[in-house]
Amino acid sequence: MSQHILTVDNLTTRFATPDGEVEAVNAVSFHIDPGETLGVVGESGSGKTQIFMSVMGLLSKNGKASGSVRYKDAEILNLAPAKLNKIRGVTMSMIFQDPMTSLNPFLKISKQMTEVLVEHRGYSEEKALKHAVNMLDRVGIPGAAQRVHMYPHEFSGGMRQRVMIAMALLCDPEVLIADEPTTALDVTVQAQILDLLRDLKKDFNTAIVMITHDLGVVAGLCDRVMVMYGGRVVETGNVRDIFYDSHHPYTEGLLKSMPRIDRAHEQKMYAIPGQPPNLQNLPSGCAYQERCDYVQNRCTQSRPVLYDIAQGRASACFREVGE
Amino acid sequence: MNAIPETPLLSVRDLRVHFSLPGKGLFGKPRTLKAVDGVDFDLFPGETLGIVGESGCGKSTLGRAILQLIPPTAGQVVWLGKDIVGTRDRDLQPLRRDLQIIFQDPLASLNPRMTIGEIIAEPLVTHKADLGKAEIRNRVKTMMARVGLLPQMINRYPHEFSGGQCQRIGIARAMILEPKLIVCDEPVSALDVSIQAQIVNLLQDLQRDFGLSMLFISHDLSVVRHICQRILVLYLGNVMELADRDTIYAAPKHPYTKALISAVPIPDPELERSKERIVLKGDLPSPINPPSGCVFRTRCPFAKEKCATDIPMIETLGPSHQVACHFHGRM
Repeated sequence: MSQHILTVDNLTTRFATPDGEVEAVNAVSFHIDPGETLGVVGESGSGKTQIFMSVMGLLSKNGKASGSVRYKDAEILNLAPAKLNKIRGVTMSMIFQDPMTSLNPFLKISKQMTEVLVEHRGYSEEKALKHAVNMLDRVGIPGAAQRVHMYPHEFSGGMRQRVMIAMALLCDPEVLIADEPTTALDVTVQAQILDLLRDLKKDFNTAIVMITHDLGVVAGLCDRVMVMYGGRVVETGNVRDIFYDSHHPYTEGLLKSMPRIDRAHEQKMYAIPGQPPNLQNLPSGCAYQERCDYVQNRCTQSRPVLYDIAQGRASACFREVGE
Repeated sequence: MNAIPETPLLSVRDLRVHFSLPGKGLFGKPRTLKAVDGVDFDLFPGETLGIVGESGCGKSTLGRAILQLIPPTAGQVVWLGKDIVGTRDRDLQPLRRDLQIIFQDPLASLNPRMTIGEIIAEPLVTHKADLGKAEIRNRVKTMMARVGLLPQMINRYPHEFSGGQCQRIGIARAMILEPKLIVCDEPVSALDVSIQAQIVNLLQDLQRDFGLSMLFISHDLSVVRHICQRILVLYLGNVMELADRDTIYAAPKHPYTKALISAVPIPDPELERSKERIVLKGDLPSPINPPSGCVFRTRCPFAKEKCATDIPMIETLGPSHQVACHFHGRM
């Protein structure tokens, strides 16, 4: 029955640390359809990146994921690397915030880009190079035929991010996971990269996961949004519901505390009080209770689950169930 | 907005910071990187001036050159009526009491081997050597409470604090001498959204309570709109536009300002998807070999022949509005 391209069920990711076990991701479930863009929003430490590191089998050695991740109908969580390599980089690709640390500084772009095609597609070196140049051209790198023979350090930050995107697109993936791809870039270059992602979605029906803390980026690009806090999903919904009718107090607080370029600010900015939670020492009850404007007694005693508000719309707050 | 007093606290005149770089190859001619290339502005008491631009535009170098942390190549930095460019380090020392800086990376700017009490006290120890130990500790505790740190944490080390708290420590260190000017170099860029608002509010409160002036260096035009009264837009070390906040956001005259503002995403799906955008092509050119004429012309959607040959002069459009563009009136 599943027409979803990626289905995640009850994903939990734990890390063994010297100070004990930390649950970075806790019982997270969601799905993505072809051509859809999902925004995953949260602060540092909210677990948003670790969900997709688990999905892609890229967890660090002390990390362990449980639950279920299905690509179409096939279970892919904790697959052996050899089997996973048939999927990652081919039908599912990931791009990261810092392109310099994800590119090999010792290898020319041509080598880094053709390797995957020779390996996965059985292309000849020549055919692979041609394809790589086409792809660099596609993402807007001027003089791609010459620049493909350069090293990563010869590119600017924005250009490196384009190279990363081109590399991720080599095998026409059905899912592109973008982890803060524009955070390190200037706004002018960010606008170029976001345009590029929009075109991808339109031209190739690529499903995109946009992991970000910037609600402005989400507003412009995403169809659905998943808000993370303390390793759990606290609210999901389509982009308009999240922005115009947010239910969870954390979503509401995030939206209110965003400085906006389109408004004159006369008074103080709204600020969510306190600090993001320490995953090693989460309070019993709701993780957001100490910062919440609506906290009640029961929030300290038991943890609210995700309550369905409408089709595809849920919030993990007791306010949804009434007294 | 309050009327701005007549006498500026700080006047920067034709400030230039050039770095010389070795030439390409063994016998190549030395090259010059013009990080700041002729910047003029005034800063008035109690005012916050935003300095915005892309990375590599020279905004941090400008901030450091004003504080004489990087020696300017040419120009004047007039502080309280006196040019301080070229002042010997020893003579700068008393001035530094009034001129402080807050950095972008809160943890990297704190010495990991000092307790936060020692870090915050250091300017007092340097500049007010006559104060007793107990008095210093008292003042540090008062300042900690003022910036939202628990005074009983005075003996802890920086690694025990989160990014937002480390930025509070940096602010306490800058504020302890009650300076007249603080240069804030991207003070909230490394912080989470929810913490960013807390720090912005703190800076505004301190400014009001102490009558501080601030140079707020940032690439984030949304934060700048919130905190600054006037905004200076910098591109490759040159001033493109300088205006008060409402003018620059409502009616920007320079194509670069327009492009920068239109590139900032608005957290509202309808507005963000329907707004008019000017998408600039390419990246910032190298400051080692900047374009002839107007430095912005290679990325300007409206560039004409004249822009390649003539350097646009800064024109005054209103009491507090200056722009450097040949065609600002015709866009």
